[in-house]
Amino acid sequence: MRRIVAILTAAFLAGSMPGPAGTMAAADAAGSGGGAEPPSANAGTGADRRPARVVSTNLCTDLLALLLAEPGQLVSVSHVVHDPVASPLHQMAGAIPENHGAAEEIHLLAPDLVLAGEWDDPVPLAMLESLGIRVERFAIERDFDDARANIRRVAALLGVPERGEAAVAELDAGLADEAPPWHERPVAVVLGAGSWTSGAGTLTDAVLAAAGFRNLAAERGISGMGRLSLEELLLAQPDLIIVGDTYGTPALAEERLRHPAARGLGRTRRVAMPDNLWTCGTPLLAEAVAMLRAEARALATERANLAGRGGR
Amino acid sequence: MTPQRLVLPLLGAVTLALFAASLLLGPAGAPAGRSLAALLTGDNPALALVMREIRLPRALLGLGIGAALGLAGAALQGYLRNPLAEPGLLGVSAAAALGAVLAFYTGLAALLPLALPLMALGGAFAATLLVVGLAGVAGGALTLILAGVAVSSLAGALTSLVLNLSPNPFAASEIMFWLLGSLADRSWMHVALAGPFILAGMGLLLLLARDLEALTLGEDAARSLGIPLGRTRALALGGTAAAVGAGVAVAGAIGFVGLVVPHLLRPVVGHSPSRLLPAAALGGASFLLAADVAARLIAPERDLKLGVLTALVGAPFFLRLVWTTRRRLA
Repeated sequence: MRRIVAILTAAFLAGSMPGPAGTMAAADAAGSGGGAEPPSANAGTGADRRPARVVSTNLCTDLLALLLAEPGQLVSVSHVVHDPVASPLHQMAGAIPENHGAAEEIHLLAPDLVLAGEWDDPVPLAMLESLGIRVERFAIERDFDDARANIRRVAALLGVPERGEAAVAELDAGLADEAPPWHERPVAVVLGAGSWTSGAGTLTDAVLAAAGFRNLAAERGISGMGRLSLEELLLAQPDLIIVGDTYGTPALAEERLRHPAARGLGRTRRVAMPDNLWTCGTPLLAEAVAMLRAEARALATERANLAGRGGR
Repeated sequence: MTPQRLVLPLLGAVTLALFAASLLLGPAGAPAGRSLAALLTGDNPALALVMREIRLPRALLGLGIGAALGLAGAALQGYLRNPLAEPGLLGVSAAAALGAVLAFYTGLAALLPLALPLMALGGAFAATLLVVGLAGVAGGALTLILAGVAVSSLAGALTSLVLNLSPNPFAASEIMFWLLGSLADRSWMHVALAGPFILAGMGLLLLLARDLEALTLGEDAARSLGIPLGRTRALALGGTAAAVGAGVAVAGAIGFVGLVVPHLLRPVVGHSPSRLLPAAALGGASFLLAADVAARLIAPERDLKLGVLTALVGAPFFLRLVWTTRRRLA
């Protein structure tokens, strides 16, 4: 009886959804803090104590679970991972059913482990814990070390620690390749919808540094997520502007770089890249670094050609 | 010169000063002299671009939209002889926002840019007709405001619904822009789209001066003075829809300007509707330019919405107005 009341209450309280992807979450993390509830009655009974039914409610844990879990182990992912703009693995997520973070739908999936982000709606998660389901919360990654730690933690929870080590090795191999040689590092800035950009203490900043760029947003004093006005951008004249994927349907937020004044950025190289590669701390970060290093080389060639022509 | 003669030149000077402040203040933080030089001569190409393509259209829109809102408030209060009449409270702004939202998020405005102001105008006009038709001149203060509240809530709800159902997840967070208004990153394109309608609408409203003066004596007296009331009605409603609708189409619905400004200026111009009209236009422009400058000074990187700032000044004022008029409303 108490169970039914709890489920009904959860359904009532958990109507709202977390915002678009994890990309806008900003504030400072206050430690990871996992609620270590005892596993529920239907937890793995065999010799291997792998959880058999794992549900993820956050894009970043979705991606790690998709990359690390055994086939069939992951029974539901957040709906964001099916979004082709926000999620780099939407094809891999394929037919895995989606959830919207509501307690009722998750409880009906009878999971023995729920992977969640620390900024997910806490009410349904607390409700699930009170119903005896193990919920593990993950902090937002701010650098490669955070990424390595979260990869290893998800792998350990899924009972596949060796896969976690392999994924970390893949990430490290990608980072180990040399950055292009520079006597002066070029300045880049990543611009999302609505002029949002990533400053110091973000994965984006770490990826830009690993690719050999200075991050304009960090140098302008932005820490975490922040905004850069078109005015500042025009006066700063960065070498590279990286624009993320857009949805193709109208939104004011995506009109920003179509402002007529943006033509004043003629000297700036502008590229569209899947910015979802560095939203979360996954081995895909290595791919992002490789793409940015290619941009850095292209930029160097462009500048060398310009200088050659100017010299004559 | 009598003090009343001084009102318009003084307001003009204040508006000019705030227009200059709007041009010279911004995140780029360049010194005023260098900014002005870049604006006029075009040396320092990057700064010139900032001044000419970002600051100038923004300041012009602040001027035009503020003037339209102040003037529309004064005209509606005079025409309806109702101290609470105002585009925001009557639902005109909210309905214009709904029209603009429909044009923008369905992609229609991308195919046909004029659809944006035209659909906003349509929304504004429908709301004015509905509210004034339902409760209008004979209905008294209370019914007019009730009809306005209903239209406003309905249009606001539909705007939120359209944005929540948009396939683009960023659209939902833009509910704030449409319901509270902002001038951030507006360009010459927006000036070109809204400007002609704002000017035309304001022109229609300014033609009301003599009619409103006569209407202070009551409708019968006005008619006996030879005022064609059908024409008065067309000018008031059409002018409001054009001026307010076009402004909302490019800057969202900004409340309270049309309510506060006429009330502040009415005693100053000696309670004469014809003198109030131009004064309210200048006062509205000053109010909105000041709000936009404040938005940039208080939290430049947060894109504070203008409706927030106008309501911070406007709401206490509105409460005072309710206090003083409650005997008449009861």
